Amino acid sequence: MKHLLLALCFFFTLPSFAVQHETSAAEATQSENFDPGKVIMEHVADEHEWHFATLGNEHTGTHLTLPLPIIAYQPGKGLSVFSSSQFHHSADGTYNGLKIEEGHLVAEDGSKVYDFSITKNVASLMLSCLILILVFRAVAKGYRTRQGSAPKGAQSFLEPVVVFIRDEVAKKSIGPKYERYMPYLLTIFFFIWFNNLLGLTPGAANLSGNITVTFMLAVATLLITLFSSNKYYWAHIFRPPGVPLWLLPIIVPVEIVGIFIKPISLMVRLFANITAGHIIILSFISLIFLFKSIAVSPLSLGFGLFISMLELLVALLQAYIFTLLSAMYIGGAVEDHHDADYQMGYDDGSETTHVTH
Amino acid sequence: MDLITPQLGLLFWQTVLFLLLLFILTKFAWKPIMAGLREREDSIESALRMADQAKLEMQQLKAGNEKLLADARQERDRMMQEATTMANQHREAEKARATEEANRIILQAREAIQQEKNAALAEVKNTAAQLSLDIAERILRRELADPAAQTQLVDSYLKDVKLN
Repeated sequence: MKHLLLALCFFFTLPSFAVQHETSAAEATQSENFDPGKVIMEHVADEHEWHFATLGNEHTGTHLTLPLPIIAYQPGKGLSVFSSSQFHHSADGTYNGLKIEEGHLVAEDGSKVYDFSITKNVASLMLSCLILILVFRAVAKGYRTRQGSAPKGAQSFLEPVVVFIRDEVAKKSIGPKYERYMPYLLTIFFFIWFNNLLGLTPGAANLSGNITVTFMLAVATLLITLFSSNKYYWAHIFRPPGVPLWLLPIIVPVEIVGIFIKPISLMVRLFANITAGHIIILSFISLIFLFKSIAVSPLSLGFGLFISMLELLVALLQAYIFTLLSAMYIGGAVEDHHDADYQMGYDDGSETTHVTH
Repeated sequence: MDLITPQLGLLFWQTVLFLLLLFILTKFAWKPIMAGLREREDSIESALRMADQAKLEMQQLKAGNEKLLADARQERDRMMQEATTMANQHREAEKARATEEANRIILQAREAIQQEKNAALAEVKNTAAQLSLDIAERILRRELADPAAQTQLVDSYLKDVKLN
């Protein structure tokens, strides 16, 4: 475990050093017009190679990049797999009839391309999955080797978090059937938290701030909610208790829309929070290049550091909120009692205790 | 607009890898972790319960001991009292017997004394009668010898008798 952490620290200090170079190098060469909007969007968006830094001029200097595999499926041509570095080898930036345009993989002849490439985000996703598996296997091993005794090391650090998710999130929001949903809740919590933190490391991808990722997580919560829903859940939607008959034509559509609004809110909240954090930090750094003065750097670095600290908190908070709300939606669907809907809002979960019985 | 457009490839990889992650973590991490947590909590809870039970047993034991002690004390008191009563009764009976015995002895002594007294009196009577006979004999003898002396003797005897 210690070695793993050390290796990770080492791994992430390299790009962090490199990214400083990147911006300063980019500024040095492009001093005539620096477009912060473009730079920031490039940083928060996905790309087909993992770019760490550029040494020297943008066109003639050395690019420190990790080429990633391109996997494209074209209906007429079939599957083509090659390294993204191939684009740089040819003069016009095309390879196998494909080229990168505005960050998208397109065909030269304009035909349809289905892009399954291992992009920066996918590579980051794989890395985070690997980290999660290594970390939690090590934690799980602790329970085998120190059976029944006090936790130690990473186990003692993560155990309170696991217990918190179980006792404060799952038990309180879902009730007696919480155990079935524990694997999902723990997985989304640690997946979001770890990816939020990885996204904060310089040079890393903005995975949990990507709408595709948050969309998939929200859909997972929606599907679990729908598949575990009982008759009370549907009864509440189509025949809300205590609502006069003439109001039903208004209430029922609202309730049906509500089923989808909940996961959409999950998706947008996580995406917006994480991406906004990145944009703010990058904006403060960009100030140095906008003002073209080193005197601004203490101010912008100070603010950047402050926002970074805040983002550490947001990373944990958003993971918690996503997990808590998912648990509450699931809890609303599996609740045996009619008054479950009573707690289905966006509250902080503090009044959910009396629902569980 | 790029920012809020889902990417097909990423969606595919995210779905596949997330489901894989969910499966692997559930099998190799969450299940052992939850089981380990539950096991530890159970063991702590059972230990607490056992401690409570031991405390209860201790209390019961203590209460039993105290009851035993109280019983023993009561038994002792009862025995002491019994012994005292018995001793008293014994003493009373002994005293009564001794008194009776003493009375009997005194009575016997009295009887013996009475008998002795009677015997002595009888003997005195006998002696007195013998003496009277002796005196009368001597007087009768002297009378025969000298009448003057006879009178004198009677006088002297009478004098003696008076003195007696």
